[in-house]
Amino acid sequence: MREAFGLLLSGDRETWHIVWLSVRFSLFSTLFSAAPGIALGAALASRPFRGRRFLAAALNALTALPTVVVGLFAYSLVTRSGPLGFTGFLFAPGGVILGQSLLALPVVAALTYTGLARLDPRFRETLVTLGAGRGRRFLATLREARPVLIAAIVAAFGRVTGEVGVSMMLGGNIRWSTRTMTTAIALDAAKGDFERALSLGLVLLVLALGVNVALHAIAPDER
Amino acid sequence: MKRIFIATALAAALVLGLAAQSPANPRLRIATTTSTEQSGLLAAILPAFEKATGYRTEVVAVGTGASLKIGEKGDCDVVIVHARALEDAFMAAGFGADRRDLMYNDFIVLGPAADPAGVAKTKSALEAFSAIAKAQAGFVSRGDNSGTHTKEKDIWKAVVIAPAGVWYKEAGQGMSQVILMAEQMGAYTLADRGTWLAMKDKSSLKILSQGDKLYFNPYGVITVNPAKWPQANYAGAKALMEWLTGPTGRALIEGYKIGGEQCFYLY
Repeated sequence: MREAFGLLLSGDRETWHIVWLSVRFSLFSTLFSAAPGIALGAALASRPFRGRRFLAAALNALTALPTVVVGLFAYSLVTRSGPLGFTGFLFAPGGVILGQSLLALPVVAALTYTGLARLDPRFRETLVTLGAGRGRRFLATLREARPVLIAAIVAAFGRVTGEVGVSMMLGGNIRWSTRTMTTAIALDAAKGDFERALSLGLVLLVLALGVNVALHAIAPDER
Repeated sequence: MKRIFIATALAAALVLGLAAQSPANPRLRIATTTSTEQSGLLAAILPAFEKATGYRTEVVAVGTGASLKIGEKGDCDVVIVHARALEDAFMAAGFGADRRDLMYNDFIVLGPAADPAGVAKTKSALEAFSAIAKAQAGFVSRGDNSGTHTKEKDIWKAVVIAPAGVWYKEAGQGMSQVILMAEQMGAYTLADRGTWLAMKDKSSLKILSQGDKLYFNPYGVITVNPAKWPQANYAGAKALMEWLTGPTGRALIEGYKIGGEQCFYLY
């Protein structure tokens, strides 16, 4: 345990590079999944239609999909013989970010949908009586639901920082390129380097704590 | 974007005075058996290759079967593996452009010091494997179509035993994981010497059978066929192959030692 801390504090270059890559991939994939996810969730919540409950259930199911399944699907897209093969994303950062975005998208959408569906229905009616147009109504709703949206995004960030299936399959755990905290932990544990694995685990823990503390600071639970 | 990148690369090369050697496509992807990576060999010798040629190598270490599959789909530029029959099939199917013998070492049977199956007393690979099966002593198999797994299956076939039962555990993991698992379970396993040398300080397992001809473990390097996959970095793959089998690569491979012991041998 002491060695684990020592490794971090001594500023081992590779360890910190791995941490940096992890954070970068997670930020990008959260960012890429946030807009379409929120749009999807909002569209679903905006008015009832046939099959809405089925779609919402499907979305919820997707949030629990094993990461290796998402990884497998993304792999089949970006392999040279796949439809996105020309991108050269496989075994490159692009592949990890693509896979993680696919992983995060349903999380953002499902949480946005549940959050918006729970808004007081009078809120919308008030907007309508005030004569707000569609666009204004949409923006006002998003502002009202800000804590929900932030929570959705943070949950997505949590899902992608903690996953190993997509990173391993699409990134290939390449040193200095796609070796993230989770794949490095898997490798270190495999090689029996438990101190290093443990030190990265600690960083992951601190990161998760930090993000959640930050969330509570900017979006206090109002109830 | 690409143009900017090339321009930057060229500028950097000029500054370093390497303009003549700077490759057009510096990214070189190597799919390899876990043993070349987990033994530490590639990390030890590839920096010299990068420095001499300007290529930037990226190593995906997944086992021989998976490496060849990745090459088959054109998702890497060069493969370094150890299962001659699979390599020949890969070449025959036209997935590879060139193949060369790279180096060799040998497989060993590891097991607990207590040696419940009496493997240390056996005189050959066949005897060792039948002793384990007869005693139904724990055996951890790679179970991942790697080169080592392929060799293990060949030996079982040679002793005419189809291993099955609670004593036979298919792990589906890399070599060093399997060594760790075998130790925890007090079981036997077949390992390549390179990974074992890198692991032995962390393990209480002992070498109980070695030296049989059947344990021969040759490695090959194969370039992915550019006729099949035009995007593959064939120039880079070829450069790596020449370098590895040339004087510098050979000297570095031969000189690579763990705890004073040589890991890989040359033909």
